[in-house]
Amino acid sequence: MTTTGALQGEYFISGDEACAEAGISAGCRFFAGYPITPATEIAERMAERMPDVGGVYIQMEDELASMNAVLGAAWGGAKAMTATSGPGFSLMMENLGLGIMTETPCVLVNVQRGGPSTGLPTLVGQGDMMQARWGSHGPYEIIALCPSSPQEMFDLTIEAFNLSEKYRTPVLLMADEAVGHMTERVTIPPVESLKLYPRRKPTVPPEQYRPFEGEANGVPAMACAGEGYHLHVTGLTHDERGYPATSSADAQARLIRRLIAKIRDNRADIIRTESKWLEDAEVIVVAYGISARIALWPIEMARAEGLRVGWLKLITAWPFAEDLIRELAARVKAFVVPEINYGQIALEVERCAAGKARTLLVPHAGGDVHEPHVILEAIRGAAGR
Amino acid sequence: MVRQDEPSTPVERMDGHELAEVSPQHPMDRLLRRDRLPHIWCPGCGLGTALNCFLNALIQSGLDPDQVAVVSGIGCTGRVAGYVAMDSFHTTHGRAIPFATGLKLANPKLKVVVFSGDGDLIAIGGNHFIHAARRNMDLTVICVNNFIYGMTGGQLAPTTPTDARTSTSPTGNRDHPFNLAYLAAASGAAYVARWTTLHVRRLQRSLCEALLKPGFSFVEVISPCPTLYGRWNKQRSGLEQMQYYKDQSVIEHGADPRQADITLGGQIVVGKFVDIAKPSYLELQKG
Repeated sequence: MTTTGALQGEYFISGDEACAEAGISAGCRFFAGYPITPATEIAERMAERMPDVGGVYIQMEDELASMNAVLGAAWGGAKAMTATSGPGFSLMMENLGLGIMTETPCVLVNVQRGGPSTGLPTLVGQGDMMQARWGSHGPYEIIALCPSSPQEMFDLTIEAFNLSEKYRTPVLLMADEAVGHMTERVTIPPVESLKLYPRRKPTVPPEQYRPFEGEANGVPAMACAGEGYHLHVTGLTHDERGYPATSSADAQARLIRRLIAKIRDNRADIIRTESKWLEDAEVIVVAYGISARIALWPIEMARAEGLRVGWLKLITAWPFAEDLIRELAARVKAFVVPEINYGQIALEVERCAAGKARTLLVPHAGGDVHEPHVILEAIRGAAGR
Repeated sequence: MVRQDEPSTPVERMDGHELAEVSPQHPMDRLLRRDRLPHIWCPGCGLGTALNCFLNALIQSGLDPDQVAVVSGIGCTGRVAGYVAMDSFHTTHGRAIPFATGLKLANPKLKVVVFSGDGDLIAIGGNHFIHAARRNMDLTVICVNNFIYGMTGGQLAPTTPTDARTSTSPTGNRDHPFNLAYLAAASGAAYVARWTTLHVRRLQRSLCEALLKPGFSFVEVISPCPTLYGRWNKQRSGLEQMQYYKDQSVIEHGADPRQADITLGGQIVVGKFVDIAKPSYLELQKG
């Protein structure tokens, strides 16, 4: 352990534990949560570790409270996070919206399980991907990352904190039960070697500060409570000072346009993908989370059969990698999209392919991962074999 | 009130006679966002009085306003956060308390005050209310209770007395209300008081005590809503409602909050009901 209390070295830990450790390495010093399988291990690790690093762990009365406490803590100056799964994620949607509207940096982890409703608490699902995109009411853009391994649970949690500070917005880590509960070797780099994006503070005196006026990249600097700025922060449509402007379509247009643009216009900076064999591909398997990892095996089998199949892993699910899919659609026959739901990200792939390439969904209801041969059959079908 | 050290402007009457000297400044200006005024509250509403008492109590408490944050939920009272010249947060409906909890724990130097209404804090936010009280969380919660949902036009609240009429109980409420003082006390609050907006000095004193009390302090402020509650219940003006408070309220410090139910036409027991020493949430964390 380093002087900051963060770990460093090689560890054999679960994805959930790696996520908690990444929070600590990223400087998160506030965790509010509510127990829920399969995300509970993140809370348990935080309850154990926060005292080591001078941080706060609090178990709230429900997920509504957890999400709000995280927002409050962010305005109190802390880097803050919470973790949950499907039913809790539903409860957090209300105040995810408050976080987006008030441009509050924080990280919300969803270790997805089988749904709908209580569903399969201990077993995997990927059915919350569209909820991540659209689950809170109103027009907005969101950032969501999908880890495929415990190591990525670590790396992408760091990334989630950085993006949340850089774009002053909540960031979702859309993990799944398989990745959360999987135990593997995780390398935790020294904190000093991590690139951490600091909260950008105002450089002007309070009377000139506009907490909701976009500066660099459309993102305002953020003063926190107790710093003498006399902030007003509201979930109502507001002007650049933060004052309610509830009878103004102009204020709504200005605010929403900026909230959306600060993500859309910076998508090249935000979106990350990983790929193999795209160069010669006539079929591309597009996947994320545990399914991206599962897909590698059938792709290798297909390639051994002589099929030209590529692999595209969406590290960033939202904003969607639409420029890349459009470009690939112009030169491949088909996309195969295995996901542990009945078609969510596949709809986005299909939208961006815009008829230039076929999109084949490989649905799976959840409870376990895809059988590799099911994906292999889909690849063969897509390749016309 | 006119301060001698401030410039004043003579107000001219239409007939040319000078009427009075009125200060262009208000003694509370430094604690209010003047650029947000006038406020949205109706004539006869008690919210202005509640806010004024709070600001006076804040001054009296000696707390540094730069280290005070006000958190509100949604509703008429929820708009308080928008008028105070302090760090202020107008959150989602019912969620002021958990937001305030995060704010306080992230920066324990702040004095965090939740200022919201009965529907917000006790109906949709009821679970947060009892849990913050249970934890003895270091927050001051001011609940302005007007027995009705004002912002949405006068619907039934969890505080509406049995038989009282509202737009969603047009023939009289056939339901039991919460007794907020009892609820707070039973849930673990270290400080519980109730006043009406008629009792300005006592209310102000209680608010000052609450601000300085470690742990969860709760002040219920019974407030007129002539526009909606009054209209539905034969008290059409703020003055009539204040007269009603004068006639019906009984000051009884240390009263058992279980005996302090509010009924239609019944006594309103007011006073300081609870003021006990018990470790606050932050004190307990120190071990």
